[in-house]
Amino acid sequence: MNEQRFFAVRNLHAAVEGKEILQGVDLTINPGEIHALMGPNGSGKSTLAYTLMGHPKYEVTAGEIWFQGENIVGLSPDERARRGMFLAFQYPVGVPGVPLATFLRTALKALTGKEVSALEFRKRVREEMQRLKMDESFATRYLNEGFSGGEKKKAEVLQLALLRPRLAILDETDSGLDIDAIRIVADGVKQVLGPDMGVLLITHYENFLKHITPDFVHVLYRGRIVKSGGRELADRLQEEGYDPLLAELGLVAGTAAAAGGER
Amino acid sequence: MAKALQDIGPREYQYGFHDVEDYVFKSKRGLSREVVEEISRLKGEPEWMLQHRLKALAIFQRKPMPTWGADLSEIDFDSIYYYIKPADRQGKTWDEVPQYIKDTFDKLGIPEAERKFLAGVSAQYESEVVYHSIREDLARQGVIFLDMDSGLREYPEIVKEYFGTVIPAADNKFAALNTAVWSGGSFIYVPKGVHVEIPLQAYFRINAENMGQFERTLIIADEGSSVHYIEGCTAPIYSSDSLHSAVVELIAHKNAKIRYTTIQNWSKNVYNLVTKRAVAYEGATVEWIDGNLGSKVTMKYPGVWLMGERAHAEILSVAFASDGMHQDAGAKVVHAAPNTTSNIVSKSVSKGTGRTTYRGLVKVYPGAVNVRSNVRCDALLIDEESRSDTYPYMEIEEEQVAIGHEASVSKLGEEQLFYLMSRGLTEQQAALMIVNGFIEPFTKELPLEYAVELNRLIQLEMSGSVG
Repeated sequence: MNEQRFFAVRNLHAAVEGKEILQGVDLTINPGEIHALMGPNGSGKSTLAYTLMGHPKYEVTAGEIWFQGENIVGLSPDERARRGMFLAFQYPVGVPGVPLATFLRTALKALTGKEVSALEFRKRVREEMQRLKMDESFATRYLNEGFSGGEKKKAEVLQLALLRPRLAILDETDSGLDIDAIRIVADGVKQVLGPDMGVLLITHYENFLKHITPDFVHVLYRGRIVKSGGRELADRLQEEGYDPLLAELGLVAGTAAAAGGER
Repeated sequence: MAKALQDIGPREYQYGFHDVEDYVFKSKRGLSREVVEEISRLKGEPEWMLQHRLKALAIFQRKPMPTWGADLSEIDFDSIYYYIKPADRQGKTWDEVPQYIKDTFDKLGIPEAERKFLAGVSAQYESEVVYHSIREDLARQGVIFLDMDSGLREYPEIVKEYFGTVIPAADNKFAALNTAVWSGGSFIYVPKGVHVEIPLQAYFRINAENMGQFERTLIIADEGSSVHYIEGCTAPIYSSDSLHSAVVELIAHKNAKIRYTTIQNWSKNVYNLVTKRAVAYEGATVEWIDGNLGSKVTMKYPGVWLMGERAHAEILSVAFASDGMHQDAGAKVVHAAPNTTSNIVSKSVSKGTGRTTYRGLVKVYPGAVNVRSNVRCDALLIDEESRSDTYPYMEIEEEQVAIGHEASVSKLGEEQLFYLMSRGLTEQQAALMIVNGFIEPFTKELPLEYAVELNRLIQLEMSGSVG
């Protein structure tokens, strides 16, 4: 079956080391749409992000991921990236000895297939870094090595801004940031948004959503999207937490929910 | 994800071509008193050098093969050609070098490098240096840069004073072998206070099958002088093995500085058993920058004997072992004076069935107070079957010292690969970027041209049959 949607996840099941974490995720994103994915800890949000990007440890056991008319399950991460996918990592890994700028330039070339002039490249990097209030010295520092949590997140958004993907998955890009940094990072993300780009924003802080207004909000629970709605769903979760909603859906017992207990 | 890397085929070695042999003289196979006497006679050496050679031959024959380190059991000393003289005379311009040899060095990019960024070049083909040049301004300042044979002819008193003083023939079996049959290599003397600002380079090429290359290098930096010497090595691919066994002696007088950079890229059938050692007097600095790619087996532990106060040793090395190779390399520093310092950084990469070993010694003699020494060895394993071992020996006989040692072994990280691949890099590009980052502390010490060359060589090692 061919799926002509821009981005569509169909009945996605995925397992890590034999344990099934995703148990039938369905999600459709159109160009220009921002989808927020929320959910309690351990619900499978990061697993979904990794699986969409093709991490080799995350095995798709059933279902499909359609991107621009092609089922990308089975494609390697770099093939997905070259088709326009991007994942901003929750915990970006350090690569000693590789300056951030060198990495960015290599990535840009890998994605576009052409060399960018050194001058043009430097100018663009400098502009984006200023926007993110990153010190210029970061360009020559080793990729994510010795960066603070906030610096790492900014570096992820810097990559997002330079690489200009068609589908961006942001995995808790807001976590570990203070209020000022959240605003700067959110502004950085907004700068990149456009009518051609779809965004999946994984967050469990409603705070981020004050800066970036989602078109849709989804709640992931135990590997499945159990509720979808608009902005107001995030507002409700902010006010009540997850339990009343989950209780309403018959997913947790009402008493436990009322006590705020975790199951 | 590591699968794609394991599937990489045999690596490409682009220097594996060889020339038809057209030599002035080729000794018969095997080693004997007659061969040693013949080498000395052909070179017209003074009697003391012949006696030196013969003594060393006796030591070589007496000494057992080393039982530690890499497996050397397949070396067949009787099948080796110990001396090959490719040309009648040495060229001062490339036009004077026999065409086929010139073509070889052209392919290796040596004349071009000389034009671009070198102060002097020596090119050794088999046993003899076939081309030699030094910039006139350096020669006028009294800098001597000759092949070792010419050095012995023209400056016998200097050679006699220093030859074999840092590495005596009895040091080890292969030092003895080199002393008995040495030919070629570089002789450098930098007078007091003279700074050779741009590098001098020697290039070593083995061409014949079963060739034994035994160059001998002696570098003397007089008080307050400085010099940077670079050597590169390649050989053709043959089905049977060749032997490269050099001896390199450095003498850094008071406040002098010597940097010795090696980018070795022997083909997979070369035993590379080299003894390199320096003495550093008061306030002197010796730096070994040692890059080891290729060869079947390498055993090499550049050393610095810190003899005067405030002398400093810096030993940075990279070893890259691909399928079937064993790089047994390391560093030795002996602190024999107070306030001496040393820094050892070793980076090794093992791929496929490749094996790397770090073997190092830091020794501090009693009375050498306030010694500071830091050793850091990092190993990176690319595949499941890759192997790395570390043997850091410490003999500290003085209490008032600060000695640091850190070692790490890591596997090419799946998370790093995934991260880089998620940005569009292929698995090979990602692995290469991680490896290049891993050895960056080494690469950044190289002149730009060599850093580029090293990265290119590693790219070839990593990409195998591709390209």
